[in-house]
Amino acid sequence: MKSLEELMAIRDKAKANMTDREGSGDGIRVVVGMATCGIAAGARPVLNALVDEVAKRNLKNVTVAQTGCIGMCQFEPIVEVFEKDKEKVTYVKVTAEMIPEIVASHLVNGNPVAEYTVGAIVKD
Amino acid sequence: MRELSLNILDVTQNSISANASLIEIEVIEDSEEKTMLIGIYDNGKGMTPEQVESVKDPFFTTRTTRKVGMGIPLFKLAAEQTGGSLSIESQVGVGTRVKTVFKTDSIDFTPLGDIESTIVTLISMNTDRDFIYRYKVDENEFVLSTQELKAVLGDVPLDEPSVVQWIKEYLHENCSEISLKK
Repeated sequence: MKSLEELMAIRDKAKANMTDREGSGDGIRVVVGMATCGIAAGARPVLNALVDEVAKRNLKNVTVAQTGCIGMCQFEPIVEVFEKDKEKVTYVKVTAEMIPEIVASHLVNGNPVAEYTVGAIVKD
Repeated sequence: MRELSLNILDVTQNSISANASLIEIEVIEDSEEKTMLIGIYDNGKGMTPEQVESVKDPFFTTRTTRKVGMGIPLFKLAAEQTGGSLSIESQVGVGTRVKTVFKTDSIDFTPLGDIESTIVTLISMNTDRDFIYRYKVDENEFVLSTQELKAVLGDVPLDEPSVVQWIKEYLHENCSEISLKK
């Protein structure tokens, strides 16, 4: 059974590993729309998959956060990627299954996955 | 919403927007009475009696990107369709208490679903707030308090990946044990 004593051990280990998370100000910020529309469309597993994947790859320059209604409820779940000096990338109708690809291709290697972006869906 | 835990995640966002520093979420199951009570209590900025009435109206919202707000109406519908109810008590400057009753033997009862995921998401995405989660099934109760966790963690944040993982497992073990005793 997990106990608070175990949490102490995790704290000590985390403290030892906590180096320069805030070191670079040029990090990538990823936000997930978590208003009623986003949650109903399935944003919670998307957010969790994103947090897990970023943690698994130990991407110290990436912050994952939630936001309210982005304003295109029909395209939820929506994930937006903000990077300094680059245009915002908006992924729409995102599922947890798309997350490893988005993280690997976009967040790690800098190539947005065009087929999942709003530009690929709205063509007028 | 496919799960009540998603309604809880959604309605709790209102407490966060209302600048609550402490949010209490409780889920109380009574297997004899066949009821589930879900409460979300905050110490946020509160609402006037007129606002309390209007949040039950799907065409009311405080946000500016849309003219409709669906959080409370959807939660209310989920409760009422089982023969249960939703009530809101609120006082400006004090906080808001949203209380719901669900009849678990109703065919229209939406399952609670992945409540652990809701709680972990709330805690790790809002490390500047405090949460108390109380899960009670009949006589058995489990309580998780972020104030307690923060006291252990010191300056290690609640969104540190290894801590998030621990909270997930801690919740899962304790909550499954309680539901098994039912």
